Amino acid sequence: MAEMSAMNRKLIQNLAETLSKQVKHFNKTEAECLIRLFNGLLGDQSDRRVGNGLDRGKFRNILHNTFGMTDDMIMDRVFRAFDKDNDSYVSVKEWIEGLSIFLRGTLDEKIKYCFDVYDLNGDGYISREEMFHMLKNSLIRQPTEEDPDEGIKDLVEITLKKMDHDHDSRLSYADFEKAVRDENLLLEAFGTCLPDAKSILEFEQHAFQDTLEH
Amino acid sequence: MGVALTRAAQWTTASSGTGKLEITPVNESLLKEILEFVEQFSSRHPQEAKHVFKEPLQWTTSLEASDFKTEYDISGPTVKSQETDRDGHPMLQLTPPSISVHSFSQLSKIVQLATDKKLKEVRACLEANRDPVAKMLGPSFATVEGEDSSVLRLLEEVKEGDQAKETEIKVKLIILLQQLDTQLLSSSLKQISQEVRLSPAAVKNDVELLKSFCSEGETRVLTSVQYTSDYEFTNGCRTPPWRQVHGEICYLVIKPCDTQPLHITCSTLEIDYDVYRDLVTLLKSKSPHFAENINKQDFAVQEEPPTQKVQHVELVDAEEQGQPQRSYEHQEKNVHEKARQQLVQNKPGGKKKLEPSLKWKNLGLASPYEPSPYYGKNSSNKQRETTVHRYFKTFGGADDFSESSSESEEDEEQPERRTESNTDLPSEYWQIQKLVKYLKGGNQTATVIALCSMRDFNLAQETCQLAIRDVGGLEVLINLLDTEEIKCKIGSLKILKEISRNSQIRRAIADLGGLQTMVKILDSPDKDLKYLAAETIANVAKFRRARRTVRQHGGIKRLVKLLDCVPDSAALTEEQEKDVEVARCGALALWSCSKSTRNKEAIRKAGGIPLLARLLKSPHENMLIPVVGTLQECASERSYRIAIQMEGMIEDLVKNLNCDNHELQMHCASAIFKCAEDKRTRDLVRQCEGLQPLVTLLSQADNKQLLAATTGAIWKCSISMENVAKFQDYKALETLVGLLTDQPEEVLVNVVGALGEGAQKPANRATIRKCGGIQPLVNLLTGTNQALLVNVTKAVGACATELENMTIIDRLDGVRLLWSLLKNPNPDVQASAAWAICPCIENAKDSGEMVRSFVGGLELIVNLLKSTNKEVLASVCAAIAKIAKDEENLAVITDHGVVPMLAKLTNTTDDKLRRHLAEAIARCCMWGSNRVLFGEAGAVAPLVRYLKSKDTSVHQATAQALFQLSKDPNNCITMHDNGVVKLLLGMMGSTDEVLQEAAAGCVANIRRLALANEKARYG
Repeated sequence: MAEMSAMNRKLIQNLAETLSKQVKHFNKTEAECLIRLFNGLLGDQSDRRVGNGLDRGKFRNILHNTFGMTDDMIMDRVFRAFDKDNDSYVSVKEWIEGLSIFLRGTLDEKIKYCFDVYDLNGDGYISREEMFHMLKNSLIRQPTEEDPDEGIKDLVEITLKKMDHDHDSRLSYADFEKAVRDENLLLEAFGTCLPDAKSILEFEQHAFQDTLEH
Repeated sequence: MGVALTRAAQWTTASSGTGKLEITPVNESLLKEILEFVEQFSSRHPQEAKHVFKEPLQWTTSLEASDFKTEYDISGPTVKSQETDRDGHPMLQLTPPSISVHSFSQLSKIVQLATDKKLKEVRACLEANRDPVAKMLGPSFATVEGEDSSVLRLLEEVKEGDQAKETEIKVKLIILLQQLDTQLLSSSLKQISQEVRLSPAAVKNDVELLKSFCSEGETRVLTSVQYTSDYEFTNGCRTPPWRQVHGEICYLVIKPCDTQPLHITCSTLEIDYDVYRDLVTLLKSKSPHFAENINKQDFAVQEEPPTQKVQHVELVDAEEQGQPQRSYEHQEKNVHEKARQQLVQNKPGGKKKLEPSLKWKNLGLASPYEPSPYYGKNSSNKQRETTVHRYFKTFGGADDFSESSSESEEDEEQPERRTESNTDLPSEYWQIQKLVKYLKGGNQTATVIALCSMRDFNLAQETCQLAIRDVGGLEVLINLLDTEEIKCKIGSLKILKEISRNSQIRRAIADLGGLQTMVKILDSPDKDLKYLAAETIANVAKFRRARRTVRQHGGIKRLVKLLDCVPDSAALTEEQEKDVEVARCGALALWSCSKSTRNKEAIRKAGGIPLLARLLKSPHENMLIPVVGTLQECASERSYRIAIQMEGMIEDLVKNLNCDNHELQMHCASAIFKCAEDKRTRDLVRQCEGLQPLVTLLSQADNKQLLAATTGAIWKCSISMENVAKFQDYKALETLVGLLTDQPEEVLVNVVGALGEGAQKPANRATIRKCGGIQPLVNLLTGTNQALLVNVTKAVGACATELENMTIIDRLDGVRLLWSLLKNPNPDVQASAAWAICPCIENAKDSGEMVRSFVGGLELIVNLLKSTNKEVLASVCAAIAKIAKDEENLAVITDHGVVPMLAKLTNTTDDKLRRHLAEAIARCCMWGSNRVLFGEAGAVAPLVRYLKSKDTSVHQATAQALFQLSKDPNNCITMHDNGVVKLLLGMMGSTDEVLQEAAAGCVANIRRLALANEKARYG
């Protein structure tokens, strides 16, 4: 058993070494911590489908419990953004790459990430319909209004007016990037998809300090 | 359901405990929904329904034993359910009239049993159990305003995990209850929003209804109901369009039978007037007659309904509930109903559909004024008056005026004004109103979008600023600052920062408690938040009350803390740059705050001075301006002036005089101006080579503020003669003379002050003359600015010491002007004028004749000896000494009683006054029997004591006076008795020849008297 865990440790260290070279924002120790955390989260998923990684449910739990996200659709999209190879599992590599942006990304990285999250169908544009879809729960419905969606539609128009610089009624990556650079607040224009400073701090503390102690 | 019950449900008494649920449409539908939920609960969620409540729900029921059937043990009036909990207690227990229930399954059953009394039971249950969730699940699930951590608590319980099964049920139960809660909230919101949005049609209906009350003879409750305007716009409003923006629909004048007419505004928005939920409530509170009769009306309607429809509805109500208090409510509702059905027939009138409660506001004007006052501007003004009145009332704090009165107050409290003149509504109004709506009703995402969009308006424009305020945007923006959402806070501050440039907005922000919140934000770890909050505080704290608020809430300490950063390395990281920005905004805020004296002290106590000194080394102008601005503001305090000198800030101030930013240069010069009162500071300025840049700055004659600061600095620096010499090298006086004309007074004061100091040097006096400075100086003697007059008289006096100058002054009749300034009420001016008169008399040709030519001049100056100001007395004595040189004039002033007046002053201890007084006495002895008179007036003995003074200039004048006085034998005796000989003997050894001679002369006179005496005695 001891031999096993020694081997395991060796494996983890090697993996951490490789990953920390590929990922910008974590050093080797941090990568190692994150791998351990990942393994911990996989936990007794002991049916040995190793390599698959975290499934959607588990990942969403983390988003919800650790990072305080609530919007189902956005959480799904975040999962998709992490799951780069689209195999419905977040592998350890995807986990670390994703967290690198999630926790410590530069503005550029975050713009790219958020755009990916918001581009629901992945066609490189955030369309009116996609905006509507993402914003539809953002207002308290006023049943007095004839069209309860009117407010949402209006919000979409406001957003387009503000962000659609080439006036093609949809947001290209360039539009989005320019708008966010002009006004950083628009980074998460269509829903919270990044953790706030407080949960980042808590997570890092938990991941990098508590894990080390174990 | 807890939240819905506390928030949405309308309780009769606000306090918890045994409140009653008001019979209102909102509550009605709430109850119905709860009822439906309970009814279906046991069939939908059988497992959860069995969960035993932590505490039973107990209430007073109308059910009786007979209502219960199978599954219950009935014994007499009491009933027990057969269903029990684990310990065997029955789940339901009825001991009429009280009932207690332990589970949802039983609740469901009761509801089914109660058949037509269902609603009543639910109502009774809820009234008795204000927070049913807490009872069902335990007190830790009680509804707490603002936070909902019940799920978290459950999770904790799950973790403990011992009673997994039960907890699981509990989780489900709470989720179900929360779903219900949300459902209830959203449906009641529907109704609340209907209430908020009042339509013109609804107003019309109500007015029609009330009009019908006016017509009936005996039962009449109102005299008349009238609109103030007959014109109805297409949208149904009757107010002018610029009031429609504020949500006002129409104005009414209602004459009740018993009280004075009421003027009422019907509005969709609630503003802080007396607001009534509907017109009938308003009338009931205002008119006792109405209140009394409307109830009669009620019964009348019930008995013989005037219309078919009312009867129909009323009957339904009468069946359902019979309490008189309610019947009023329903009466009202029914009439609404009637009116609505008549007027809005296209809408299918739901029987129990709610009528929007109108927001009626009463302007509180009990007395009648102009019959139809609500038209156009006139109306707005009327209302504005009441607003202004209230506005003032709100901030009459007890210690409102505790601040020092000397502080500059550029932004005094002023009554609110709105631009009422432009009648066409800017489209921004509507757009901003819409955005504010999204701010109110949006989640974080929608809020951020709305905030960003709002920033696209031209927030520097007053229309937009006031629009945000008028549609209630300020409240929302300030509320956002209290949330946890950093992005919303940032967005909100970015807007507040811009619009707080408007003084009305500043006041509104302060009134809404925005400063307190922003001060708290200064502690935030987020740097963006910090600097935005500081910058907004900088804008808001432009008036005294705001500055005090900042201080009283610990803002100064926090702002000073912001200054702590590393400013002066060339390459800054992104984070360091943000630190610098935070410090800059902190300095901006301190600058605004530092206009209050107590804040200056608070900044010093918080350790702000060394931090400011460090920031003063910054290379960035935008940092330096607020830092130097704060310093120059604080330099009015001595402690700061010392600190500025000690911390070596003079060097930095001088360095920045050389920059090319006028504002910064101005603040630097102004700081030097204030600090250079101190000699060491003046020397430092010279040593740091600050004098030349000051002279160079004089060329910026177009920028008056800069010019005022620069000339001020030059003036104060000129107090040191070394500096005057430097200025002479830089040819400063030539430039200054050029600035004597066409300048604002604050510049003139300083220019003339500088010339006055410069003219202490003979060479400069000639320079002033050669540059043509005498004439403008003399012209300035006719001014009224007292600070200026003090300086001008000084400068003219200094110039008059030169004979050539005096000729010019004489020609311009300058002495007469100086003399007339003796009449100025300000003692500083009096003294300064009297000083200036001295060299004039000395140097003018035929000065005796000149002085005599001033009608009443001599009497005037003698009378100034009654002044209590030492400086005035000294200067007048000096002038009298000069005047008395002319014998004729001496005779005149003697007639005016100069001798006893001078004698009266002799007891002074002020050396300056002593010296000039002794001079005057010496001169005045020259006429008639004045010597004797001085002796009789008791002037001799005090004069002897002057010889013991440490001031040698006093000795000379005193010795001369004594010499003159000693020509009278009695005076010699007095002197001798006061021990003058020993003192004079010492003086005779002085190096000052005048003193020697006078002392010797005096001793000789005494000696001579003694000898004569001996001779007489011993022959």
